Amino acid sequence: MKRFLGFVKKEFLHIFRDYRTLIILFGIPAAQIMIFGYVVSNDLKDAGVAFLDLSRDEVTQKLTDKICSSGFFRLTETLTSYNDIDKILKKGKTKAVIVFQKDFGRDLFAEGKTTMSVIADGSEPNMATLVTNYITAITTDFNIEQARAPGGAVSLISAQVRMFYNPSLQGHYMFVPGVITLIMILICALMTSVTITREKEFGTMEVLLVSPLRPTQIILGKVTPYFILSFINVIVILLLSWFVFGLPVKGSLVLLLAESMLYILMSLSLGILISTVSSTMQQAIFISMVGMMLPTILLSGFIYPIENMPWIYNWVSAIMPPRYFIIIIKDIMIKGTGFAYIWKETLILAFMTMVFIWLSIRNFRIRLH
Amino acid sequence: MTGQSVISVSNLVKKFGSFVANDNLSFEVYEGEIFGFLGANGAGKTTTIRILSGLSEPTSGKVVVAGFDAKKEPEKIKKNIGYMCQKFSLYEDLTVKENITLYGGIYGMSKNLIRERTAMLLEKLSFQAWGDRLISSLPLGFKQKLAFSIAILHEPRIVYLDEPTGGVDPITRRQFWEMIYETAARGITVFVTTHYMDEAEYCDRVSIMNEGRIVALDTPEGLKKSYNASSIEEVFVKIARPK
Repeated sequence: MKRFLGFVKKEFLHIFRDYRTLIILFGIPAAQIMIFGYVVSNDLKDAGVAFLDLSRDEVTQKLTDKICSSGFFRLTETLTSYNDIDKILKKGKTKAVIVFQKDFGRDLFAEGKTTMSVIADGSEPNMATLVTNYITAITTDFNIEQARAPGGAVSLISAQVRMFYNPSLQGHYMFVPGVITLIMILICALMTSVTITREKEFGTMEVLLVSPLRPTQIILGKVTPYFILSFINVIVILLLSWFVFGLPVKGSLVLLLAESMLYILMSLSLGILISTVSSTMQQAIFISMVGMMLPTILLSGFIYPIENMPWIYNWVSAIMPPRYFIIIIKDIMIKGTGFAYIWKETLILAFMTMVFIWLSIRNFRIRLH
Repeated sequence: MTGQSVISVSNLVKKFGSFVANDNLSFEVYEGEIFGFLGANGAGKTTTIRILSGLSEPTSGKVVVAGFDAKKEPEKIKKNIGYMCQKFSLYEDLTVKENITLYGGIYGMSKNLIRERTAMLLEKLSFQAWGDRLISSLPLGFKQKLAFSIAILHEPRIVYLDEPTGGVDPITRRQFWEMIYETAARGITVFVTTHYMDEAEYCDRVSIMNEGRIVALDTPEGLKKSYNASSIEEVFVKIARPK
């Protein structure tokens, strides 16, 4: 045990002496949270909209007020004819024009449904999508309000674009779990694979193997500091998202931390596995970055919903550990669900961890003999 | 050499699939001896050293190192040997003292013993002023001497040196060999591989490997005589490139 602790201490010295390692460990996660939270925010604020109201009744007035007072939109102009639409969109300040047909309110009450048009500036596709989604969401909300109002019948203004944001329309909710998932697997796997291959490359691994330290002790000694630091990292990220974005953990914090530990363990064992198949640091970095970063971002459900993927990608995504952790962490943080809902994902992660460890041991043995 | 045998190898065979890396080796190394282990690249030297240090299992044959069977008790062998490879094995981002402490700790030495030996070691190498410097800031020759000193810090019975003097200047090499002599005189057996044939002449006995077999084993004088050569280099060339 004393041997082991001395070895762990040495690994800490390596980390703290190399400021680059420290930056990767702590600087990048903080920066990522800020970037994803603020810059890549999906929030709208004061986007310009114009209205062409050909009906001018109570319903259109209410809906206009609701959209303009939501905080997401700002009224730029009230139009009087179709010809103005093109002109005002070309000016650029207005991102979308909302058109209420003639007799909008009457149709709504007479037939129980009607359609309003949203004409968005397609030259900024992301903005256009956002704007239309938000307007749709507000409209849906409006429908519900109307239906609940005293004496209100079920009346529908049809929504054409699907709503895929969280109900409170806050973008950070999407990103924090994703960023934790991405960062943890990247840092853990990258750091462990690099630190182990570094010993191989510098020839110190030979000496360690010849020493009375057992191979398991060597590997454990190398990953223990990273386990501790990564765990601190998770806590830092959670604190950051709490203080900067006001994002609380709805579910059990203990459960969340326990699941994070499992995920870190899984990432570390993946890193060990990578180190057993690569003989240089460059190789390890390459496999960790290219082999994991892109698939994690694209296929884990971090940004693109898995349900919308072609079946083949859906299958590939099934063997990606981050996919399961994203579900776990989103459930705990945002939905506040308990273990009963995520035991399956937890089991899959535990199973993957064991497979990685088993493969690593096997590779390690082959190399030795 | 009249000492008792510390390494005893009989009929050692090591196969990787159908490739025979060590083909029926038998030899003895005696206590306090400087044993030169020569051979062209790929002759099977590294494989033998790995087996002798408990890293790799022999396919067949009997290997006893420091009184322990390499097949059954490799862990006990590891405690009784020191090892230094051509790539130094020191951590560049740790200081001299930290490196010493680390290896002392790995070999289970007590804190007091480590402190004591560290002071002794630094004094002997006239390194006192360098104790807190990073290894990366030291010249190559110093690193090499330090690596050797660390390899024998725990007073092993045998120390393996795998091409220890690659890439250093003649003066440092000479100093290095003085350290080797001193170590052997203290009773630690030195098992050394080298590419420098003049170094082979410094050994008590030399074995030469070719294609997985030991083809010659004798004192340098004896080898020169039986191969009718004026230097070990000549002997080596005659063996490695027959007719």
